[in-house]
Amino acid sequence: MTDFRDAVGPYFGDFGGRFVPEALIAALDDLATAWDKLKDDPTFIERLAALHRDYTGRPSPITEVPRFAEHAGGVRVFLKREDLNHTGSHKINNVLGQALLTQQVGKTRVIAETGAGQHGVATATAAALFGLDCTIYMGEEDTRRQALNVARMRLLGAEVIPVTAGSRTLKDAINEAFRDWVANVETTNYVFGTAAGPHPFPALVRDLQKIIGEEAREQLSTRIGRLPDAVVACVGGGSNAIGIFTAFLDDAEVRLIGCEAAGDGVETGRHAATIGAGSPGVLHGAKTYLLQDEDGQTIESHSISAGLDYPGVGPEHSWLASIGRAEYRPVTDAEAMEAFRLLTRTEGIMPAIESAHALAGAITLGRELVAAGADPAETVLLVSLSGRGDKDVETAAEWFGLVDSSAASGEDEGGSTTA
Amino acid sequence: MTGSRTAATIDAARAEGRAALVVYLPVGYPDVDGSIAAARAAVEAGADIVELGLPYSDPGMDGAVNQEAMQAALAGGTRTADVLRAVREVAETGAPTLVMTYYNPVLRYGVDRFATDLVAAGGAGLITPDLIPDEAGEWIAAADAHDLDKVFLVAPSSTTERLHLTTAASRGFVYAASTMGVTGARASVGPRAEALVAATRAAGAERVCVGLGVSTGAQAAEVASYADGVIVGSALVRTLIRSDGDRDAALEDLRLLIGELAEGVRAGRLVR
Ligand SMILES: Cc1ncc(COP(=O)(O)O)c(C=O)c1O
Repeated sequence: MTDFRDAVGPYFGDFGGRFVPEALIAALDDLATAWDKLKDDPTFIERLAALHRDYTGRPSPITEVPRFAEHAGGVRVFLKREDLNHTGSHKINNVLGQALLTQQVGKTRVIAETGAGQHGVATATAAALFGLDCTIYMGEEDTRRQALNVARMRLLGAEVIPVTAGSRTLKDAINEAFRDWVANVETTNYVFGTAAGPHPFPALVRDLQKIIGEEAREQLSTRIGRLPDAVVACVGGGSNAIGIFTAFLDDAEVRLIGCEAAGDGVETGRHAATIGAGSPGVLHGAKTYLLQDEDGQTIESHSISAGLDYPGVGPEHSWLASIGRAEYRPVTDAEAMEAFRLLTRTEGIMPAIESAHALAGAITLGRELVAAGADPAETVLLVSLSGRGDKDVETAAEWFGLVDSSAASGEDEGGSTTA
Repeated sequence: MTGSRTAATIDAARAEGRAALVVYLPVGYPDVDGSIAAARAAVEAGADIVELGLPYSDPGMDGAVNQEAMQAALAGGTRTADVLRAVREVAETGAPTLVMTYYNPVLRYGVDRFATDLVAAGGAGLITPDLIPDEAGEWIAAADAHDLDKVFLVAPSSTTERLHLTTAASRGFVYAASTMGVTGARASVGPRAEALVAATRAAGAERVCVGLGVSTGAQAAEVASYADGVIVGSALVRTLIRSDGDRDAALEDLRLLIGELAEGVRAGRLVR
């Protein structure tokens, strides 16, 4: 493989593939064929570009954050502001493309899984915009953690189905969405929310998210006339990370750093550090790193961030890790919440807790680079600010002990408030 | 290939002018010994071939009944090694005993090691609901080296090309999923099942068994009129899910249902 950025799947090195029931193969083939045609179709490209511009508000800006950067060894830190997108995160980039694709393949209904609710809200939004029926599967546990997003989806006209199987979180919502898809594949398209799952989803979602990095590369080049030293993003399934990495994959001098949720700490076993602490196997249709026990049973993940609380990861990340092109680092709940507080207080930007993991990664990396002798003024980090923190105000308020004592649930500061 | 006892069993049923009765039971439900007792009782009551389910945390192709049983089996501590023990004890009955499993537990165990231990336990092969032949190179090599059955699935959505591919890769029988959907009893077996069996035969399959949704003797008879084997799973598991925990009563219900299904597979050919 000469050009990393053109990797098309179904395989990324030893990873990827389609480990799904035969009943889904025709639908996956149709999707792959339709996407192959559509992605180079000028009419589609123009329609999607118009939606990005007029609906989402793209291009999202890059913002330099010097007061925050003082805490990162004083290096230069630029944020790619996906938090400013309509619906509040990068997830909208993917769903608009997949909604157009749904129309193209002649289907009238979309289904999706959601963890934090961001992908569910984005999908429900696109369904409202395109007049599609919409069903969202969400682990019962997550419907409680993210009750406001459940209401948002319902207001948008989506049916939200709480999933009570298994661990009642994102992985079970994905299982249930696949079950729905098998039974209703003639009318229904599965709008997968991250760059994971069976082919063509990892490549499809990557193609739709790579605009993040393409814009940022261009914006940085205009602003400072050079490439960043490192690009940092949080990794749940890996869509915002692969979205910002892709434009830099073939720039060997640019370090790519994915921040995985380490929850209470990797050593506690209560984490979601799939690449850092997992092993290769098959989950949700792809060969990839996952958290599993000796028998290959999936281990439940833990993170304060519902959007990173997933025991698998996209196969392209597994590949990039295995060949050393990208590095994956653990960030604990406590580190992420400290970064959340810092960005909010120093820059007036409240990040999603998911994105705060990337910010924490940038703090550590900036300090490391400076400690190793880098000139802070000449060191540039680009961070994917994948979403905004509105949805996380309650979690953060509890974490920092800001909830009125009469209303508080009695958690003490620093405790794991949402596990 | 002639090594398949599963195929031979189906052929023997055919020689009797009937379809084979294939039963699915998950290992570890209600517990490991209980599932072994249930499978042995099923063979005594007339099942020809047994599929033992390896419980898995993310059974994407299973409906609510099998999910519940698998979850309970895992919560009860069922391990891959228990499944191999169950194979040994069920295979002793003489009925070909296959393991129905999602791929990751096999991958984790080691594909060749699993094949080796399955042979040692007297197992006949694997049924792999989330492994298509395109991805199965490692398993196919191990199965061929160890003379094991490879049962892959076809679905109503399978193209002719894929029916050929899947048939060519399978040994023992080809598993035709009757409907587009997950496991679980249904009011009627899908109307697409018969056409799928015909298309799979046209693609070269010598033995095609139909599963998903069969729960009664009448449905078994209907399927037996066009298929080489009738696969029943969730309906049997349902007889084991009892709030009162009365195992003897559960086994009795299981035997009764197997008896009804065994009559069904025999009645089917008369219809033809
Ligand atoms: C704001 C935000 N960032 C990141 C993620 C993680 O997903 P991914 O790894 O696909 O970017 C989520 C998921 O819900 C999210 O809402």
